[in-house]
Amino acid sequence: MPKNINAQKFDIVVLGGGPGGYVAAIRAAQLGYKTAVIERENLGGICLNWGCIPTKALLRSAEVFHNMKHAADYGLVAKDLGFDLDKVVKRSRGIAAQLSGGIAHLMKKNKITVIEGDGKLVKPGLLTVSKDGKKIADVAATDIILATGARARELPHLKADGNMVWTYRHALVPNAMPKKLLVIGSGAIGIEFASFYNELGADVTVVEMMDRVLPVEDAEISAFALKSFKAQGLNILTSASVTKLDKKKNTVVCTVEDKKGKSQTVEVDRVIVAIGITGNVENIGLEENGIKVDRGHVVTDEWGHTGVKGVHAIGDLTGPPWLAHKASHEGVIVIEKIARDKGSKEIKDLHPIDKGNIPGCTYCRPQVASVGMTEKAAKDKGHKVRVGRFPFMGNGKAISLGEAEGLVKTVFDAKTGELLGAHMVGAEVTEMIQGYTIARTLETTEAELMHTVFPHPTLSEMMHESVLDAYGKALHM
Amino acid sequence: MESGTILAEIETDKATMEYESIDDGVVGKIIIADGTENIAVGELIAVLLEEGEDASALDAVSTDKAAPTVVETAPVAAPVVASTPAPASVAPKGDRVFSSPLARRIAAQKDVNIADVPGTGPKGRVIKRDVEGYTPVAKPFAAVAAAASLEGDAPFEEIKLSNMRKTIAKRLTESKQTVPHFYLGVDIELDNLLSARKDMNSMSDDYKISVNDFIIRACALALKNVPAANVQFGGDVMRQYSRSDVSVAVAIPGGLVTPVIRGAEQKGLRQISEETKMLAKKARDGKLMPEDYMGGTFSISNLGMMGIKQFQAVINPPQAAILAVGSGEQRVVIKDGEMTAATVMSVNLACDHRAIDGAVGAEFLGAIKTYLEHPSTMLL
Repeated sequence: MPKNINAQKFDIVVLGGGPGGYVAAIRAAQLGYKTAVIERENLGGICLNWGCIPTKALLRSAEVFHNMKHAADYGLVAKDLGFDLDKVVKRSRGIAAQLSGGIAHLMKKNKITVIEGDGKLVKPGLLTVSKDGKKIADVAATDIILATGARARELPHLKADGNMVWTYRHALVPNAMPKKLLVIGSGAIGIEFASFYNELGADVTVVEMMDRVLPVEDAEISAFALKSFKAQGLNILTSASVTKLDKKKNTVVCTVEDKKGKSQTVEVDRVIVAIGITGNVENIGLEENGIKVDRGHVVTDEWGHTGVKGVHAIGDLTGPPWLAHKASHEGVIVIEKIARDKGSKEIKDLHPIDKGNIPGCTYCRPQVASVGMTEKAAKDKGHKVRVGRFPFMGNGKAISLGEAEGLVKTVFDAKTGELLGAHMVGAEVTEMIQGYTIARTLETTEAELMHTVFPHPTLSEMMHESVLDAYGKALHM
Repeated sequence: MESGTILAEIETDKATMEYESIDDGVVGKIIIADGTENIAVGELIAVLLEEGEDASALDAVSTDKAAPTVVETAPVAAPVVASTPAPASVAPKGDRVFSSPLARRIAAQKDVNIADVPGTGPKGRVIKRDVEGYTPVAKPFAAVAAAASLEGDAPFEEIKLSNMRKTIAKRLTESKQTVPHFYLGVDIELDNLLSARKDMNSMSDDYKISVNDFIIRACALALKNVPAANVQFGGDVMRQYSRSDVSVAVAIPGGLVTPVIRGAEQKGLRQISEETKMLAKKARDGKLMPEDYMGGTFSISNLGMMGIKQFQAVINPPQAAILAVGSGEQRVVIKDGEMTAATVMSVNLACDHRAIDGAVGAEFLGAIKTYLEHPSTMLL
């Protein structure tokens, strides 16, 4: 960090070096702005250090382990199977460290100043940075981007202690391999950890308040996933909530209450609390500057402007969907909007993010991926729909892979042929969803999707068949 | 360079195209500099050295176009004419509207012309929300209600163009934009004609000759007398017709059509009259066949019966002239220094100056005037 940071005035300063913040900084630097990032912990943020990336590393270990256990299905012999949890975690941490280093390199390459410390907005155009409670710098900037992200939501009776009661952060660097694990919440975070620890042999119970797992997904996909999770030995309690965690010496006795008030207890040695996300809105100078916060998130317009001159906010801090790719996209948009407002000729096609076109992926086994409206959401909005389905069972590649479990579902508006939503469960669907996302962005109808030639043999052929099925033309069913 | 190397880009009045070398070799000399204009086809632009030749060979090359070495050593521009212009170098023009498939479908379902919808997508692409947010037609009832308030924009109703209206718009726009019009006006005294007509029509109830029938015949005969006015401009050539096919503009609901009296110079007034009536009826009934209105070497547009004193008409391409006929009316004229009354009709001739010069137009108009003022000459 340059010593004379106090003397520096930047064009743009980004508070937070996560996937929203660092991408915004790169775009700002590309457009010629003198840019700085203030980061209190690790470049790359939660995504890269404590979220998307390290969990994918863990889940990959689990997947390979799963395949080893099923080696015989492929005519292979694998004996004396086992795992070393420390090494699995070490690999995950190594990958996070490697990528964080990569971000540092990107900052340097783009001549972005990285200031380590806790930043706080003093007034529009001025931030103060402190480290360990001591002020280390005042940083002036014409435009300030708040990108402090979010963290796990906790409730008073569901407080993590890092020992037996974990958040995702503890679960990524476990102090022991749980024998019995209770996961509270079956969203993407909860279900990924449930999947991971279940694969490694823990006895896992998942408690979900809603009536189904992965409640944001299409009901049919949820039901499909539930069936698969149960077959894998996961114990799933829906329409239920954990009302009490009673910590004993080596165990936690959890009280789980269903809707009717009937309660049961589950005794486990580890609990993961994954009941949601709340924005990091504290101690960054929001209230003092009149920046509006609603239910734990900063309120902005469609361009990320907070309403306070020169102060913008992006990513998880501004609310759902809490996804790295949404944050990055907003990071680019907020910078380009600033540039356009300053009269940059380089910015020609600038559009606010369309939240209906942000895909969501969950990397449990089987994977789940979706974009757009669920069938129910579409019907609730008054659409008359046509629904197409194609099972992995009918796909040659899926069977060859030994992954014949899954479903590709498409929802069309019956009148206009708009692809309202696509919902998939099964192997590698997280890689495939992008095809439908492009289709949605380009506003293709069923006709263009039908006219598209899909390569054989691939899992993607199911995307074609599902569209065909919506119009009664499926070939391999 | 090798055969196929792009030597130059050549810009013509229509397109910019790439010019490829058809030989291997080394460019020894560039004779026409970059950016030079008005280079004739066949002119030497550069000299290519073949294998084994060195720069000294250039001395033998004369830049005189007639030199035989020119043909041998440098590919002349001639092949360019036959080659297809490189598509990338021609700016895409025309009616393509960038729109999403979904926007197009919703537009079709709403019966909205996608071209009318302002696009807000990437690079102005018309997307779903544009079509959904587009209000194409102010509904008649809404228009009436809005009229009462007198606020905001004037209420209107959009009327879909008929094919005839589109054709009129296209042809006449093309005419006014590409045909250099000039106008000649003359007053024609009709008293002789009116008296001859009265005489003729009193002889029988089988026919009723109109002034317009006289005008058609007069024009047809004048075209025969002044063949230089019976022409069409065709770019490299001009067509001079030896028959007078006279198109007569007929107003019909929603537009106009121009049925043709073919060989009108060979037809008597009665036949012209019958044909005109028959064609006008067919036109109003919408029963004109293509052979009834295709072609024509000259047009007449007559608004005299509607009380128009005089006007200028737009030439109907590819024809080269049109006569705009005003109403016949009693006017004071000076004859031999005395004021006297006469029935006078003002006509204006619009000519395509590419095909007809002022003097020719004047001669032609003079011939028309003579025939109409002295209708007995039409018997000659």
